[in-house]
Amino acid sequence: MPGFKALRRRLHCCATLVIALTSIVAVAEDYPEKEELTFGFIKLTDMAPLAVAYEKGFFEDEGLYVRLEAQANWKVLLDRVIDGQLDGAHMLAGQPLGATIGYGTQAHIITAFSMDLNGNAITVANRVWEQMKPHVSKREDGKPQHPISAAALKPVVSDYAKAGERFRMGMVFPVSTHNYELRYWLAAGGIHPGYYAPQKGDNSGQLNADVLLSVTPPPQMPATLEAGTIQGYCVGEPWNQQALFKGIGVPVVTDYQIWKNNPEKVFGVSQTWAEKYPITHRKVVKALIRAAAWLDENDNANRDEAVKMLAMPRYVGADREVIANSMTGSFEFEKGDRRDAADFNVFFRHFATYPYYSDAIWYLTQMRRWGQIAEAKPDSWYMDIARKVYRPDIYAAAAKELIAEGVLSASDFPDFDTESGFKPPQADFIDNITYDGSKPNAYLEKFPIGLKGKEAL
Amino acid sequence: MINVSTLPAWLEPLAKMAKGENLVQNSQMLFSRLLIPLAGILVFLMLWHTAASNIDTSLGKFPGPAEVYHQAQGLISEHERERERAAAFYERQEKRNAERVAKDPSYEPKIRDYTGKPTFFDQIGTSLITVMSGFVLASLLAIPLGIVIGLSSSLHSAFNPLIQVFKPISPLAWLPLVTMLVSALYVSDDPLLPKSFITSMITVMLCCLWPTLINTAVGVVSIPDDLANVSRVLRLSYLEHVRKIVLPSAIPMIFTGLRLSLSIAWMVLIAAEMLAQNPGLGKFVWDEFQNGSSSSLGRIMVAVLTIGLIGFLLDRAMLMLQRLVSWDKAATLR
Repeated sequence: MPGFKALRRRLHCCATLVIALTSIVAVAEDYPEKEELTFGFIKLTDMAPLAVAYEKGFFEDEGLYVRLEAQANWKVLLDRVIDGQLDGAHMLAGQPLGATIGYGTQAHIITAFSMDLNGNAITVANRVWEQMKPHVSKREDGKPQHPISAAALKPVVSDYAKAGERFRMGMVFPVSTHNYELRYWLAAGGIHPGYYAPQKGDNSGQLNADVLLSVTPPPQMPATLEAGTIQGYCVGEPWNQQALFKGIGVPVVTDYQIWKNNPEKVFGVSQTWAEKYPITHRKVVKALIRAAAWLDENDNANRDEAVKMLAMPRYVGADREVIANSMTGSFEFEKGDRRDAADFNVFFRHFATYPYYSDAIWYLTQMRRWGQIAEAKPDSWYMDIARKVYRPDIYAAAAKELIAEGVLSASDFPDFDTESGFKPPQADFIDNITYDGSKPNAYLEKFPIGLKGKEAL
Repeated sequence: MINVSTLPAWLEPLAKMAKGENLVQNSQMLFSRLLIPLAGILVFLMLWHTAASNIDTSLGKFPGPAEVYHQAQGLISEHERERERAAAFYERQEKRNAERVAKDPSYEPKIRDYTGKPTFFDQIGTSLITVMSGFVLASLLAIPLGIVIGLSSSLHSAFNPLIQVFKPISPLAWLPLVTMLVSALYVSDDPLLPKSFITSMITVMLCCLWPTLINTAVGVVSIPDDLANVSRVLRLSYLEHVRKIVLPSAIPMIFTGLRLSLSIAWMVLIAAEMLAQNPGLGKFVWDEFQNGSSSSLGRIMVAVLTIGLIGFLLDRAMLMLQRLVSWDKAATLR
């Protein structure tokens, strides 16, 4: 539609003019300082905003020439962002936080864009599922009652212990959402997932553990489960549906059931990069917001097209039907037990892309809970770190430009003038514990399993 | 007139038959040089096909020859599609540049490289360039060093222990060190060559240095005394001695070393690319393994066969080069 395009262009001109008039700096500032960018990602469906922004030309619309590169694992990805080989990357929400507080690698990483909500699940090996089944209550139609609590896994784990075997599960990275979700689920069912004790040089996370958790890169999860090295895992899609498809394992619980609409990946860049290229950064965030909006537009109407993109070998590369299984509004648990999951993976609605301080603080509370943060910290410390890493200011600048250009409307975003960055207390957890981001220490006190107060190992 | 001896072995009898030379003898030659190897390949394909259709993996059936052929065609059409995408990319870019120049005349338009993913064939190209640069670099170091060591017994004693220690080091043990060193030392905002290329190249170089070095040294040491005496009688200078006496007689050994080096270089490169995620065929294999789609194994198999074929061709190329520069044309080379 040429008329529409012309109108858009005129609107764009107006917006540029308005920005040029209101800012002290000249028009030339409208162009990105760095046009050729390389972003890293891990082969997971939640990298979709990057793929969409590339394929739909949203990056190019901002004058950015972006290369997307799959990375071998989360560690390599983080290291390459730190040493500048990557300009930015699809990251685990815990990575910028962990790096900034110096857990693992020390580097100041920030995020101005949260990539999605939900999207993970926990899968166990077929044999384990058979052993769990008698402990799972059934619905009238004979299918398991969801959500399935880890309490059903507890007898299986103790059977393993009696037989002198350790029960092992995989997650993708020490500061990954998956690690915390798996731990949350296990602990909520009365199973101790073990502590980290970095002050003693113990970074295995297996101190006092009933279940031993270890790191496996996402795409290798099904193969590792098949090899019998682990008995279950927590990972993002499509690697749970893949296990089901290949008859290797059974997904038992999704992260949506563990914590409804939990924050997941973020787009991370290093602080030095962001300082050096502020306009570029804003433009990248703009393109990503557009991509996320596209993914959720008209009740996920574009998801089929997105699945097609993700199935290309350059992005996720798994078979189309495997990716579609979770991306298009349903999730298959046992073979044949397909259930509606419209929000299995949310990219834009519920203000999914806004970097909330309370999301950052939840991750920090879990780092403290499991000993990655060895000492007690005051509530103010949690706030300071969240402010250092999460940058809603950059997000707001990008969103306002999109509103001015008429691409999105103000109602698509939180009200930037009044938004505090704290979601209201959330109660939708599998163990019914309420999370209030403004009181992290009080939150930690509520857990029967986990470090709290001045406790140390 | 075709010089028959420069043809591949299996073509030689055909060429001779075409010229009307001894038909019986040449058809026997043809049988042993062409038909028997072909039969071998055919039997292998059949065994492969039967075995493959009986192996089930979690990614579906193990790819047989037909599946591999199918995937190879897929890779070709993917390559063509990517070329079209690239063309569209450049077109869009020119348009965007023109718009920007119209708005801001002081802007100097710049054409940026296509940002799409390298295809299978691009990866082959990258791997070939990397392996050749690593190999050439190693040869440039190893041949002169080998000659110097071979000529002086005290230098030989000095270097020998080092060579013995460095030679057996697994190629991939070098990789982490090289990666860290390159990251630390090769700092530039706008590097001419990508870091990943330098890392792969240096790893390849470190690993394929030794066979050439050792063989050159041995070749130089084993120069016949007569030749050495001739050189002494003629009072040749050091450089002339090297050029006229040492090199010609050491050439066969040097080439043996070079061929060993090149095959090691090729093997090391693929492994390094897989491990370090550096662009090239190794990365292609690793990416496909990570994709875990039903076509992944077939595509990996295409890559594996390609790697083997390229390794074979590289060796043949070295052999031809050796024939070209060798003084003794009568010597049989295989």
